[in-house]
Amino acid sequence: MQTPAILSVLGEDRVGIVATVSRVLADSSANIEDIRQTIISGIFSMTMLVTVNEDETPFDEVQRRLAGAAEELGLQITLQREDVFRYMHRI
Amino acid sequence: MHITPEEIVETLLMVQQQNLDVRTVTLGLSLNSCAHEDAAVAAQRVYDRVTTAAANLVPVAQKLEAEYGVPIVNRRISVTPIAQLASVSRHGDITLVADALDRAATEVGVDFVGGYSALVHKGIGEGDRKLIDSIPQALATTQRLCASVNVASTRAGINMDAVLLMAQTVRAAAEATADRDCIGCAKLVVFANMVEDNPFMAGAVHGTGEPDEVINVGISGPGVVRAVIASLPDDADLTAIAEAIKATAFKITRVGELVAREAARRLGVQMGIVDLSLAPTPAEGDSVADIIEAMGVGRCGGPGTTAALALLNDAVKKGGAMGSSSVGGLSGAFIPVSEDQGMIRAAESGALTLEKLEAMTSVCSVGLDMIAIPGDTTVETIAGVIADECAIGVVNSKTTAVRLIPAIGRKVGDRLSFGGLLGEAPVMSVNAWAGTTFAHRGGRVPAPLQSLRN
Repeated sequence: MQTPAILSVLGEDRVGIVATVSRVLADSSANIEDIRQTIISGIFSMTMLVTVNEDETPFDEVQRRLAGAAEELGLQITLQREDVFRYMHRI
Repeated sequence: MHITPEEIVETLLMVQQQNLDVRTVTLGLSLNSCAHEDAAVAAQRVYDRVTTAAANLVPVAQKLEAEYGVPIVNRRISVTPIAQLASVSRHGDITLVADALDRAATEVGVDFVGGYSALVHKGIGEGDRKLIDSIPQALATTQRLCASVNVASTRAGINMDAVLLMAQTVRAAAEATADRDCIGCAKLVVFANMVEDNPFMAGAVHGTGEPDEVINVGISGPGVVRAVIASLPDDADLTAIAEAIKATAFKITRVGELVAREAARRLGVQMGIVDLSLAPTPAEGDSVADIIEAMGVGRCGGPGTTAALALLNDAVKKGGAMGSSSVGGLSGAFIPVSEDQGMIRAAESGALTLEKLEAMTSVCSVGLDMIAIPGDTTVETIAGVIADECAIGVVNSKTTAVRLIPAIGRKVGDRLSFGGLLGEAPVMSVNAWAGTTFAHRGGRVPAPLQSLRN
C-alpha cells in the first residue's frame, strides 16, 4: 500500500538534515515526491511530500526510524498522513 | 506539493502549542439483544456484547492518532439506555449491569462508558425507577460508568416528579462518594431534550433511532480559537472575530470528520456524526473562558459574557457545519466550570456566578456543568436549579443539562478535585431562596406553545 504523507522538520538549521532524513527514507523504501524549505517565524522548516511503501516498511516503523533521526539531529521531525492536511486546508 | 509549508506549520502549531485534539471517538452500541428477565444473565450478555464489539476501538484510535499526528484524548462507548434493559429484568439487581459495563470498559481500555440512563420526561416507568434508584450505588461502585436522565422535552414539558427524584438522586450520589470528593455526581447529568447521538460524557447514550453500531466523534480546540483571536489586531471588530472563528472551526471540524470516517471504516461500522462542541480541558489556555476574555470581556462572567459566548457558539456551528458531512450531538461551546481554568479563575474571583452561568446556557451548549455547590444545599434548591435549567431548554428547543456536585461537608471557597479531564471544582454559592413548596408540587410543567415566540 502506497501512503502519501507529509514529513515536516522544525527547529534550528544545521548541516546534514536533508542527508540524514533522506537516508532514513531511502532505507525505508519511502519515495520523496517534493521537498521545500523555508524560515517561518524564525523557525527552520523543511517539508517533504513522501510516499510510504507500507508493503516494504509499515508507517509506524518509518515514524520510529525518523524519531531516531530527530534525536540524533536535535530537531522535531513529524510524519503524518497527507490527508489530514488536505482535509484541514482544502474544501 | 498542494499543501504549503505555512499550512503545515499552522497545523503543527495547533496540535503542539494550542491543544488541538479530538476529544473523543465514541462507539455507540445497541444492547437491545442483551435484554433478559434475569439481571445476571442480562449483565453477562452486556459484558460479552461490549467486549466483542469494542475490542478494536482503542487500537484503531491509537493508530489513527499516530498516523495523523492529532491526539485522540478519550475513547468511549455509549450504550442503549439501561432503563430499557431494567424494564425487562424483573428478577435480580440491575447494578449487575452497571458492574458488567464497567468491567467491559476496563477490559477494552476505554475511558468512559455512558448510557446508565433513563428517559422520563413524560412519566417514570418501572424500569426507569429501578434504574434511577440504583444510580448512587452504581456510580459509587464503578470507575468509568456515566449516568444520565432526561426529565424534560420541548414536546412533553418538564416532569417535575422526575426533577425532584433526580435532585434526591444527585444528593444521594454525592453522599455515596463523599470520601472521593463526591465524584459520583461528576458522572451524573440531568437533561432536557437529551440527544441520541452525543459522544460526550456524562450524557452519552445510544438512542433508539441509531443503528446497532456507530462511530461518533467529538472535536475540541478552545485553545486554537483563543490563539486565533489573540492573533487578530487589537482593534478588530466582532464581525472580523466571528469570521476568524468560523474559519478555525472549519479546520478543527475537518480533523474530526477525517478521524470519524477513518475510524468507522477501519472498525467496519457506520459513521454517525461529528459533534461540533468546543470542549475545554483543564490545561492552561484550553479554555472557553479565555476565548471570551480574548474577545475583550474583562473577566468571564462580567457584562458582555453572554453576547460573546453567543457569537462564539454561532460561529463555531457555522464553520463546523461546512466541515462535516453529518453534524449532530450537542454541537456548541461547553462551559464546564471544573474543566476550564479560566472558568475556575472567574468563579473564584466572584466574576462568574451560578445565575450568570444559567444565562450563558441559554446561548450555548449544554448547561450548568461541573459546578460544585455547598454540601448543605437543600434537595428543594437542587430541584429548583434543575427545573430552571430545563425551562431554558424546553422553551428554547435546545438541549440543556445540569451536572451539579453537592460538596458534602464543604462550603463556598473550598475545592473538589477529580483529576484528569474532570478537573477541579471551586464550591460556588447558591441562591438560598428556593423555598420548600415548589419542588414538591410535582406534576408537569406543560409543553410550551411553539408559536407566538417572544
